[in-house]
Amino acid sequence: MNIIVCVKQVLDPEIPPAKFKVDPETKQVIPPAGVPPVISVYDERAVEAACRLKDKNKGKITVISMGSEKAADVIKHAISMGADDGFVLSDPAFENLDSFGTAYVLSKTIQKIGAYDLVLCGRQAADWGAGQVGSILAEILGIPVITLACEIEVAGTNVKVKRIVSDGFEVLEAPMPSLVTVSSEIGMPRLPAGMRLMMARKKQVPVWKAADIGAEASFLDKGNAHTEVTGLSVPSRKIECEIITGATPAEAAANLAAKLANLI
Amino acid sequence: MDNYKGVLVCGEMADGKLAPITIELLGVGRKLADELGEELSVLLLGSKSGALGQDAIAYGADNVYISEDSLFDIYNSDAYTMATANLCKKILPSIMLFGYTDIGCDLSPRLNGRLGGGLSMECSALSIDPATKLLVTTRPVFGGNALATMLSKTARPQMATIRAKVMPPAERNDSRQGKIIPLEDKVDPSALKVKVVEKIKEEVEGVKLEDAEVVVAGGRGMGTAADFAKLRELAGILGGAVGGTRVACDEGWVSATLQIGQSGKVVSPKLYLAVGLSGAMAHIAGCLGSKCIVAINKDNDANIFNVAHFGIVGDWKEILPPLTEKMKELKGK
Repeated sequence: MNIIVCVKQVLDPEIPPAKFKVDPETKQVIPPAGVPPVISVYDERAVEAACRLKDKNKGKITVISMGSEKAADVIKHAISMGADDGFVLSDPAFENLDSFGTAYVLSKTIQKIGAYDLVLCGRQAADWGAGQVGSILAEILGIPVITLACEIEVAGTNVKVKRIVSDGFEVLEAPMPSLVTVSSEIGMPRLPAGMRLMMARKKQVPVWKAADIGAEASFLDKGNAHTEVTGLSVPSRKIECEIITGATPAEAAANLAAKLANLI
Repeated sequence: MDNYKGVLVCGEMADGKLAPITIELLGVGRKLADELGEELSVLLLGSKSGALGQDAIAYGADNVYISEDSLFDIYNSDAYTMATANLCKKILPSIMLFGYTDIGCDLSPRLNGRLGGGLSMECSALSIDPATKLLVTTRPVFGGNALATMLSKTARPQMATIRAKVMPPAERNDSRQGKIIPLEDKVDPSALKVKVVEKIKEEVEGVKLEDAEVVVAGGRGMGTAADFAKLRELAGILGGAVGGTRVACDEGWVSATLQIGQSGKVVSPKLYLAVGLSGAMAHIAGCLGSKCIVAINKDNDANIFNVAHFGIVGDWKEILPPLTEKMKELKGK
């Protein structure tokens, strides 16, 4: 089977918030120095889900990422986990696209890649967290979509998906090709094995521009954006932490307990 | 674009009543509609929808669109998308509101893809720009570490999902008048590609993490799975739940379903006890809504002290046991 996984390179969300700064003018995050961007956590789980499907059913995994040319790093990461091939979609016209623009670029790329049985996406990005690119992409491609998967298996010509809901799970089936968005409950991503890591490092990742995928300028025109960010700010938190002390740790603990008495 | 008018709430039902989130959406929807001088409508799908039409009017709806087809009694993404898209193509709503719920999170992005609107997820505030009359949404981004304001200049409908309990519920007024309008188009069951095979209710031992009034969370500083048992003991005494950071879950000290943070659960208890965790951006995203955050950490520079109300700088191994004892005493009284 052919699986296409869409991944995004994001600011590492595990940084301390003190390093997180935004530029209110450009409405962009100022990348902190010395912190390499990472594959978005849900997207890494989508790669993991693809690898598990490949382990069981054989097939080919192609990973695509729209972003800067540096996004080759996240493609290589996916290849080190078990993906076969990948493409970076990078063009000045792709910068700061909204969810619709992003889904459009991904759809044109998928159409260029050709035959596929499944498209996997993370449930949302770890940065802007719009949580809609996968569903819009499915609508553009005209294929069924199942969101928030924690288990994916192939059942004949169908994909069978266990998805997370607030009071438990649902099991759904849809004919392939389908698009599935993956949640973190699918489980830990595998660690890249040594040989694969070497192979991934050497892999040439082609960069496709708007012309390569036949993306039409009108769909990339910011003037036609469906949503526009008009402001970005870091809310100030005016919390003074009261440090509780004591002659001994036990006394500090008792003093803290007294402070919390009315909360429990 | 100018032919799009009015506010449409995508309603939900629970236990044969309007879901609380729907009453909240009717509250904010009424305000937006009044500011625009337009109508507020709500869509209710399922065999109970007709019986709840009058309730929806009492909570502020001018028009209640219903379909009593039992096909809608269990949420099916295809069926809901078709029915809602059909209605939207007829009534052309300018604004659509959804809950940030199982249904809203699945339906709204898909519908957006189909209708070509502009969607903002998980909004914390909605307003109408006085000059342009556009819907302005405010939403957390970067795991709640920043706030973005967004709008859709030309794309319609302007869509937003809103978390439960963010907006005050609409006030009921039984003298309100409105229309109950059955949907004309039927959804053909054979057109549904996605099928719901099974629904599984998860049995939770003790208090559910998301519902707990006290949450005790541990991170890298806990060190072992056995040490997490001590957090469980304290949580048990307080009638609360235990959670962990991504590292604690990755290490297997606590179940992955109990991860708190951006890629896990978002909690907002009365009391959040953060033990041996530094407070990375992704973790803070999951607990910022807590009424009172208490940090216990060896490192007085740890970020968690920047968001905590109370803190003790020290080794949790020396602090947790006496704290647990004291809490037991307090609870006993």
